[in-house]
Parts: sequence; structure tokens; C-alpha cells
Amino acid sequence: MALRRTPLHALHRSAGAVMIDFAGWSMPLRYGSQIEEHHAVRADAGMFDVSHMTIIDMLDAHAGNGHAQALLRQLIANDVARLDAPGKALYGTLLNERGGIVDDVIAFRLPDRFRMVANAATRERVLSWCARWAADFTVAVEERPDLAMVAIQGPAAVKRFVAATGHSGAAALKRFQALTAGTWMIARTGYTGEDGLEVLAPYDDAAALWQRLAEGGVRPIGFGARDTLRLEAGLNLYGHDMDETTSPLESNLGWTVAWAPKERAFIGRDALEAQRGAKPAAQLTGLALTQRGVMRRGMRVATAAGDGVITSGVFAPSLGCSVALARVPRDAAGEAQVTVRGEPKPARLLRPPFWRDGARTFE
Amino acid sequence: MNELSGELAYAPTHEWARLDDDGRVVVGISDYAQEQLGDVVYIELPELDQDVSAAEESAVVESVKAASDIYAPVSGTVVALNDALADAPELVNEDPYGRGWFFAIEPSDPSQLEDLLDASAYSEHCESAAQDDADGEDA
Repeated sequence: MALRRTPLHALHRSAGAVMIDFAGWSMPLRYGSQIEEHHAVRADAGMFDVSHMTIIDMLDAHAGNGHAQALLRQLIANDVARLDAPGKALYGTLLNERGGIVDDVIAFRLPDRFRMVANAATRERVLSWCARWAADFTVAVEERPDLAMVAIQGPAAVKRFVAATGHSGAAALKRFQALTAGTWMIARTGYTGEDGLEVLAPYDDAAALWQRLAEGGVRPIGFGARDTLRLEAGLNLYGHDMDETTSPLESNLGWTVAWAPKERAFIGRDALEAQRGAKPAAQLTGLALTQRGVMRRGMRVATAAGDGVITSGVFAPSLGCSVALARVPRDAAGEAQVTVRGEPKPARLLRPPFWRDGARTFE
Repeated sequence: MNELSGELAYAPTHEWARLDDDGRVVVGISDYAQEQLGDVVYIELPELDQDVSAAEESAVVESVKAASDIYAPVSGTVVALNDALADAPELVNEDPYGRGWFFAIEPSDPSQLEDLLDASAYSEHCESAAQDDADGEDA
């Protein structure tokens, strides 16, 4: 089957990118050295084509009836009622009735609608899930395949974006705030552990935006560096660190569950309350390898409290060692051993993130 | 196409071998191999004086993408190691046929070099591998 292409595909190709199949999309893995791309984001600014993401708008079918909000309060374990003004956003999970994670999303409250940015790999599942629950409401659920998405990330990202585009309002946004400017939405969000923006714009605007940013010194970054940046920042990847068989409580995402008000019956609440009462058997936590070698997904982790498994592992360029996320028994802490290519190697269990505010979080 | 050196012999598993005047065989990985691996982050070299056999695992390259075994192109004894790789694994990416060499072997049977591919045969080998990859892409 032919891979889907973003409006930036030709630019990636002409930049010499190594392209990969990512959830049915042809996306750039790296343009040159993946490690240099990683450092460019930590030191200055980089841009990512994330137009493969699934963008879903929810609108009250009768303006002002509140059904879009009501649907999202049922769908997302975090509570969009906390978004007390247009332009605010939150991170949360969609759960199934068993409390397993259907997807992780950012939900935006915009002046006339809610907008949810979901993953690409889960697109069909999420669209059918939303359609199923939307049947109880008079709400319009509209995918937005007409929008491209570009993330600009790094300590200089906002400054360079404003200089390149003139959208000076972006500089005033706080974390998890967004503004709309005509057909564009500009949000202070990201997936790298750095300051930055995510811009949603019509397909036809994407190439010009990309080229202006490049001229303004923003470097194109591939999915390889995206993975090492997000893992250093302790951010989960759906389908690896969490899926429909794991709950937020087992995925280091308990903080994203809005338990109050008690009467809000979000999907999966009963299962999650039961798991919370009994204490979940497993936790998702971090690991740093104390020797040479690279931890990879699927490797076994031995701890004093029992065995676990690596869900994501990389060589972390900003840390100079391998770090991983792992699902291990609830009481696991301290030292662990990871079987790397048949050989047990010492590692430390650490609470993610590994990198925050421009510095490592552990010695 | 990737850079090739006409003076080298190549294994189908992407190692190169160079017979020096002193009779030693220097071993590294090809430009094609380093490009496929992406940034190299660690290299496990064999021990000095270790005996290695042709087509047998003798080193490991760990890149951002995966860990890969490196096979000795000829049998013999390891007589030199590129210690610079411990602190600068990126040499493998930057200069795969020069400063990114791995180790040198005193060959027990130098005629094994004749079993390896020359530059043009290796180039064809890589092109067919790349073609297999492209079949899964939308090129």
C-alpha cells in the first residue's frame, strides 16, 4: 500500500532525508546525523514535520449546547472542564471500559470548538471510538486532514518562529496555551522537554512555513531525534510505553486523571477506581544504564521486587548513556539488571524525566 | 551511491578488509554500512591476541538504530585495535575507510581475501539490498 505523504514530503526528500514508514506515513527518520539533530534542539531550535498526527475537531451541533465539552468529559480521563477559557489545553488519555489507554491526546479549547490532537497509529481506532460515544450527543466530530502540523522546539524556538513569521502573539503564550490566527493554530506544546510551539496550518501553508523557518536558522529534525528527545524528557510513546492493556496508573500518568468531581463518569472510571483501591501491580518508570551498551524495547529487567520489561530504550545523547522506560513491579526501586544481548548489565531505576529545564535530573 | 574504495575487499556482511604491506589485514565497515546504521554510539572490539575465524562474530557495533555483529573477513589473530573508537565512535560515520577502522588481523590464510568481493561486486550487492528496502517504500 502506498504510504501517505505530508505536504512537506518533497522538501524532506530534497534535503536528503532517510524516509521511513511510520504508521502508514512516509516520514523523515533523519536528515544527516541523528545525534547532531538531537543536540540542535537542546541547544537552539529544530523543526519537526508531525503532519501525520490525527486532528479531530468537536463542535456543538447547536451552538452553545455544551455537547462537545460533555463528550470530551466522558472520553478523556483528564477533565476539559478545567479549561476555563478559550486558548487553554491539557494532556490526557482516552480510556476503554477496562481502564486501558486507547490513546493519549492534547485537547484544546478554542473559541468555537474543541480540538483533539491524537496519534497517527491510532487514527482509525480513535475516530471510530469518538463516533461511537458521540452518538449520545448532538455534536459534530470532524477529522481535519486538511491541516498540517509543524513542531518548532528548543530554547530559541519561539524567538525564531516569531522572527520568521511575525506571529508575535506566540511569545506571550504560556505552556499549554494556544492562539488562533486566521486558519492557523499556534500552541505552546511539544514532545521534546524543551520550550517550543506546535503549529497547525492548512496544507498549502506548510511548505512556505517550513522554508521560512529554515531560513531563520531552524534545523529540520527527524523522527530518530524526536524519539531520543521525548525519552530523555520522560514522555511516553503510545503503542510502546502504554496501550489498551495498560492503565494510566501503570503508565506513570496518574497525574493526568481528574478524579474530581466524583460524579463525572468518564469512560474507564470504574475500572480505574478499582485498580487505584487495590494498588496497581505494575508501574512505568525510568532506567539509566551504568555501563556501556544500549537498552532496547523488549529487554528483560530484573529487580529485587521481580522482573519487568523495557518498553522504550535509547542511547541518550544529552546524557551520554542509555536510558529507558520500563514496566516493572510496583515496589521495584533502586538497582536493577538489564539483559543486554544476553549479558546482565547494572542499571538504576529513576523517576522520569531524565532531562528537565536544560539539565539532567540525576548524577 | 555510497563511497567505495577500490583498494579494499568487501564481505557481503559489509565489512571491508585491506591487506597492508606488512601482511596485516585491517578491518572496518563500509560507508554503506555506516549509513544504514546511523550514528554509532559504542563499539565492542575483540581482545588483542584473540583468534578470529572468517565470517565469525568478532566485534559489535551499537548505533542509534540497533546493535550489529561485525564478522571477521579472514581468519587469524587480532594484532591491533583502534583504541580511538572508545571515545570517538563517530569516526566510523565520519571516516569509515580511514580513522574509523576497527582492528587488524595477522591472517592465518591470506588467500581467504580472494573469497571477498571487489568494489564493483560489492556495489552491486548493496544496490540489490537497497532495492529490497525500496520495495517497501514509496520511492
